[in-house]
Amino acid sequence: MSASAVHSLWTTAADPIDKIGAPKIEYGQLSPTLIVIGAAVVGVLVEAFVPRKFRYYVQLFLSVVALAAAFAAVVGLAARGFGTTKAQIAAMGAIAVDGPALFLQGTILLAGLVAIFTFAERRLDPLAHGNRVDSFVAQAGAVPGSEGEQAATKAGFTTTEVFPLALFAIGGMLVFPAANDLLTLFIALEVFSLPLYLLCALARRKRLMSQEAAVKYFLLGAFASAFTLFGIALLYGYAGSVSYATIADVVEGNVSTVDPALAETMGNDALLLIGVAMVVMGLLFKVGAVPFHMWTPDVYQGAPTPVTGFMAAATKVAAFGALLRLLYVVLPGLRWDWRPVMWGIAIITMLGGAIVAITQTDIKRLLAYSSIAHAGFILAGVIATTPDGVSSVLFYLAAYSFVTIGAFAVVTLVRDAGGEATHLSKWAGLGRRSPLVAAVFAVFLLAFAGIPLTSGFTGKFAVFKAAAEGGAGALVVVGVLSSAIAAFFYIRVIVLMFFSEPKADGPTVAVPSPLTMTAIGVGVAVTLVLGVAPQYFLDLAGQAGVFVR
Amino acid sequence: MNPVNYLYLAALLFAIGATGVLIRRNAIVVFMCIELMLNACNLAFVAFSRMHGNLDGQIIAFFTMVVAAAEVVVGLAIIVSLFRSRHSASVDDASLMKL
Repeated sequence: MSASAVHSLWTTAADPIDKIGAPKIEYGQLSPTLIVIGAAVVGVLVEAFVPRKFRYYVQLFLSVVALAAAFAAVVGLAARGFGTTKAQIAAMGAIAVDGPALFLQGTILLAGLVAIFTFAERRLDPLAHGNRVDSFVAQAGAVPGSEGEQAATKAGFTTTEVFPLALFAIGGMLVFPAANDLLTLFIALEVFSLPLYLLCALARRKRLMSQEAAVKYFLLGAFASAFTLFGIALLYGYAGSVSYATIADVVEGNVSTVDPALAETMGNDALLLIGVAMVVMGLLFKVGAVPFHMWTPDVYQGAPTPVTGFMAAATKVAAFGALLRLLYVVLPGLRWDWRPVMWGIAIITMLGGAIVAITQTDIKRLLAYSSIAHAGFILAGVIATTPDGVSSVLFYLAAYSFVTIGAFAVVTLVRDAGGEATHLSKWAGLGRRSPLVAAVFAVFLLAFAGIPLTSGFTGKFAVFKAAAEGGAGALVVVGVLSSAIAAFFYIRVIVLMFFSEPKADGPTVAVPSPLTMTAIGVGVAVTLVLGVAPQYFLDLAGQAGVFVR
Repeated sequence: MNPVNYLYLAALLFAIGATGVLIRRNAIVVFMCIELMLNACNLAFVAFSRMHGNLDGQIIAFFTMVVAAAEVVVGLAIIVSLFRSRHSASVDDASLMKL
C-alpha cells in the first residue's frame, strides 16, 4: 500500500480554502464600549510600567477621561438618531444600538464615573504611616494581620488595580443590555462579574468579612451563570441559533422553511421553556430578585462601601437592561407563559425585601434589602409589556442608581475607630452632631421611600402607572402596600438620626475630599431635579423605549 | 449512537454538579462542581451542534472553555486568600455576617 493510500485513510485531500470574509464591525457605533475596554487595558499596562507613587493619579485621570469620553460618544450616537430612527444591529448581529441600549449605557457610564470618584477618596481613613489611604487594601495577597500586611501598609502601597478592574466591569455592563445574541449576553455577564468578585475582596478594614463576601458572591455568581449557560444551550438546541431575532421567529412560528435537522427540536417546547427559565433565572440572580437574592445582604455588607454603591447601582441597571431585551425582543411570543411567573416573583420580591428590611440592624444590610424591594418595583414595570413599561423602567433605573451611589457614599463618611460605623445604633443622634450629612442622607432615604418631590416618587409613579395600564392592577396594590412597609424603616432611620440623643462614644463624621462631595452632590442634585422637574427626562426615556429587532 | 443520549448525559452531569454545589462544604470542591456544570453545558452545545449540523455550538464551547479558565483564575485567587487568612476553606465556617 502506497504512502498516499495509507494517508488517505485518515485524511481527505484539502480543498483549496475559500477566503473567509472579514466581519463588518461598525466601530463608530461600538465606540463607547471600545473606549472603556481600551482604557482598562491601558490601565493594566500602567500598573506594569508606571512607578508606584504616580499610579494612583495616572489611573484616576485615565478612568475619568475614558468614562467621560465614552459618555460623550453615547450622547453623540443618540444625537445622530441611533436611539430612534437609525436604531440598528451592529457587529454582525451581536450588539444592538438602539434607544434602550444607549439610554442604559449613558446611565451606567455616569453612575460609573460618580462611583470612580468614591473609589478614589483618600481623606476618610486616618493617615497610615504618613500616607493617605483609600478604602482598598494595601496588598490583596497579604494575609490579614500578618507582618507582610504591615510592611505593605508601611511602604504606602495601595491597590490601584481597582480602577482598571472597575473599567473592565463597566465595559461588560455596557455590552450586557445591548447584547443581541445569547453568546454575547453570556460573555458580557462574565466580563462584568469577574472584576466585581475581585473588587469585593479588597476592603482595607474588616478584611475577613470582605474576603468572605467575595467567596460567597463568587460561588453563587458562578453557580447562577452555569445555570444561564445551560439555559443558553437548551435554547440553542431549540432554535438552532443563539441570535435573538432567530429565536424570536422560531418562538412565534414565523419560520418559512424549516431545516429538516431542526424540525424535531423546534417542536420541543420542553427545550424552550426550561431554557428560558434557566436564562431568566441567571438574570434575576444578578438583579437580586427573591428567591435568588440570598447573596445580596452579605455581599453588600462585606464589600468595600464604594464598591457596594457601584455594584448596587450599575449591576442593577445592566441586568435589568438585559432582562428587558430578552423578554421584549426574544420572548414576546411566550408572554402568556412568563408573565404569571414574573408576577409571582415581583410580588414576593417587593414584599420579601420590604418586610425583612425592617429587622435589619446594619445600615448596609438595610440598604441591601431595600435594593431587593426596589428590584421588585422595577419588575412591576417590566411586566407591563408596553412601550410605557420600558420607558418607566429606564427612568426608574436612572433615578435609582444615583440615589444608591449617593447613599453609600454617605455611609463611608460616618466612622469610628474601627472604620465605618455601620451599626444602626451608632447612627443615633447623627442629626444633632452633623446636621448636613444627616439631612443629605434623609433626602436619599426619602427618595428610596418614594416621597413626592424626589426622584423615587416620579420613578415609582411611572412604573406603577405603566403596570396598571398593562393590566397588572393587583401588582400595583401590592407595590403600594410594600412601599408603605418600606417607608416605615426609612422613616425609622430618619427619626433615629434626628430625634434621639447622640451617644457619648458615637461615631464622627469625616470631612471628605471634593471627590466624595461631588458624588454625594450629584446624587442630591439628580434626586431633586428628577423629583421636581422630571418631564424632560421622562420624555427622553419615552423616546428611548423602543427595541430594535 | 443517537446524539440525544449525549444530551441525557449532559443533563445528568449538570445535575450532579448542581447537587455537589449544594451539599459539599469545601469551597474548592464546590468550585469544581461548578466547573462540572460548565462542562456539562459544553457537552450539550456540542451534541446539539451535531444534531443540527451547524458549527455554532462547537464555537460556543470554545468560548465557554475560555470563560471557565478565567473563572478559575479569579475563583482560586479568592478562595486561596480566604484559606490563607482562616486556615480553612470550609464554606460553613465563613459566617461572620450571619445574623
